[in-house]
Amino acid sequence: MTLTEEPIEGGSVGTRRIDSGRDLTPDEKKFVGQHLIVAFAALMVGSFFGPLQSLEFGGLDLYPYLEPVIKSYYQGLTLHGVLNALVFTTIFITGFTTLTTIKALGRPLAKPKLNKFGFYTMIVGLVMAAIPILFNKATVLYTFYPPLKASWAFYLGLTLVVVGSWIEGYGFYFTLHAWRKDNPGVRSPLVALAPIINMAMWQIATLGIAVEILTMLLPWSVGLIDGTDPELARTYFWWTGHPLVYFWLLPAYTSWYAMLPKQVGGKLFSDSLARLSFWMFLIVSVPVGFHHQFTDPGVPQTWKFIHAMLTYSVFFPSMITAFTVIASLEYGARRNGGTGLVGWIRALPWKDPSVTAQLLAALLFVFGGIGGLTNASYSLNLVIHNTAWVPGHFHLTVATAVTLSFMGISYWMVPYITGKALYKPKLALVQAWTWFVGMIIFSNAMHVVGLLGAPRRTPLGSAPYVPEEWSGHLLRVSIGGTILFYSVYTFGYIMLRTALGPKIDPALVPTVPIAESMRSPQLTPLWLDRFKPWLIAAALLLVIAYGPQLVDQIWNMNLNSPGTDFTPW
Amino acid sequence: MTGANETEEFATDKRLTMGIDPYERNWMRLSVALLVGFFAVVVVAGFAMGIQVNGAESEVDPRNVTDSEPWATPGLREISDGVYEAYVVASAWTFSPRELEIPVGSKVTIYVTSVDLQHGFKITDTNVNFMVIPGQVSKLDYTFDTVGEFPYICHEYCGSGHASMFGTVNVVPQSSDEAAAPTDDDKTDDGADE
Repeated sequence: MTLTEEPIEGGSVGTRRIDSGRDLTPDEKKFVGQHLIVAFAALMVGSFFGPLQSLEFGGLDLYPYLEPVIKSYYQGLTLHGVLNALVFTTIFITGFTTLTTIKALGRPLAKPKLNKFGFYTMIVGLVMAAIPILFNKATVLYTFYPPLKASWAFYLGLTLVVVGSWIEGYGFYFTLHAWRKDNPGVRSPLVALAPIINMAMWQIATLGIAVEILTMLLPWSVGLIDGTDPELARTYFWWTGHPLVYFWLLPAYTSWYAMLPKQVGGKLFSDSLARLSFWMFLIVSVPVGFHHQFTDPGVPQTWKFIHAMLTYSVFFPSMITAFTVIASLEYGARRNGGTGLVGWIRALPWKDPSVTAQLLAALLFVFGGIGGLTNASYSLNLVIHNTAWVPGHFHLTVATAVTLSFMGISYWMVPYITGKALYKPKLALVQAWTWFVGMIIFSNAMHVVGLLGAPRRTPLGSAPYVPEEWSGHLLRVSIGGTILFYSVYTFGYIMLRTALGPKIDPALVPTVPIAESMRSPQLTPLWLDRFKPWLIAAALLLVIAYGPQLVDQIWNMNLNSPGTDFTPW
Repeated sequence: MTGANETEEFATDKRLTMGIDPYERNWMRLSVALLVGFFAVVVVAGFAMGIQVNGAESEVDPRNVTDSEPWATPGLREISDGVYEAYVVASAWTFSPRELEIPVGSKVTIYVTSVDLQHGFKITDTNVNFMVIPGQVSKLDYTFDTVGEFPYICHEYCGSGHASMFGTVNVVPQSSDEAAAPTDDDKTDDGADE
């Protein structure tokens, strides 16, 4: 393979330094920091319940000891899912995007008050949703399928979290727009563009649950309508539910593509393919939701099959990512003296916890991707649908590829915004490796016991039908979960001690790693730098892939499912 | 990879459109080929071998579906020789009936609906796996070729009794060809059809 550097050409329109050199102001750093404080607090509370669930699998049910506060396994599971998968991710991502937008564009937010308003909207929503969950009035898990009826405050709170993230997204877009006006003909920096593509995708994706909550769940929870249409609700939900995973993933991809190469002494291998993959995610993330409904009774097989095909197409940008990211890493490793077909891997800076965490996250994502292909494979889905395989799978994706990458990013970002040194980098390395090991044990056991038929979202330690054959795997779930518990709280401790540590010499504070690209981004075709063609393509594909079935389900809507006349949890 | 000293080669390499390295171009071709291959397998499994997910069957009103047949008396019925229908009603937190006794080798069309919340239905060690949604009827065909007990388990969270919501398919030897049956008290074809 030829790895080439080239002198900046095509720069006649204007050249631009990739690192603008403009640092975030103390106020901007504080704003990013506020996001991180809320995100990490959510992660700590949400992760408290992880080991309670996994220990229950092994036969040690600690929930009775929490009785005064937490009433059941399912309430704990609701907290775990909502806080970790919805709150931690969304608020971390908006904070990270605030930083990347300001830093990569080298300018303040165009409308800082708008972004502040968005952030506070999310906080109000978070509090509003958290209260009913804590009082056991919304034990509906993070999918909140009707006709399980949560308190109206839960639905309204979630809506505000989503709306707040939209508002922050508009703020980022206005900032990019202002930058483009000042830099005509210059390609947008990838580090700024990619997370904003993600926010645009999120805007389209969340229309599903927005409609679900505003037209069905909220009116129903306050008594304006008597019942729900659960099948239609599922279709709305999965319009949002699958792209949600790409919303989590794309900030991690941004780091892998455009930041991690800098951290390992390399460069971005292909700017144009990196952009292509983000745009592809914009158009193919959403029209794939029926692959979560392969076994739904109200969706015709034809649409399921079409979505199976479209889901496969999401595999393509991830394959591009695998090649480009590995090539970028290899380039850096060889510059550091690495040799050999695979021996160069040793020359990566494994002593840097930020790098190690992200490399391990990406490595486990390979298996997450393979499992994802299985889930998407139509008839194969019959084997694993709603089994423990599925949480096994998404603990490799959202809980490792995403979360462990976010931890790795935090290892430079928190020192950067606080002006302090990372507390005990060696402990941070231990943290990354224990996450890796704990997750291999946990996730493998979950996959296996799922293949044997264990249902998801179920306290298997007390289920009457569990055969002896599963018990070894359930014990491994407990062991893996306990290791992960150690790891996540070690992360929280490191973050806390870092934030509370003394300020250090500004020259020693880490900078924001932004990788150069091997070829000037100016050589990237213009159509890979414009929203319009891709937004049009996304809308068209949605109309084709969702239009007929969605219109049919709305047209034939039957709000005849009131649920139970008692609180079922 | 040979390093960073081939600037000239790059500049003259006409194959590098959009800056795509030839190796990466091949990788992309391989990715597409893999996807086409996987998809072919899915098509073969789904249409040549007939391993299909359930589709849109029919709709019912969950508030009164059990007032009339066939849902008023769920259970197994023989349609013709060796061909059965099974109706199962899911509610918080039980399946009705809780046991289906099926002669080995029978082809059974399974219908399940819910009268209250969303539930799940998976018969362990089979390809019978679907959501059970109020207002909708889930339907799959399956031929039970192995004698034994196969639990059907609710796999969608439905409240505090979810973990104990299950039933059992009891696949029994055919009554006619069974001299070796260890017990002979309940081996009639319509044993679960009450």
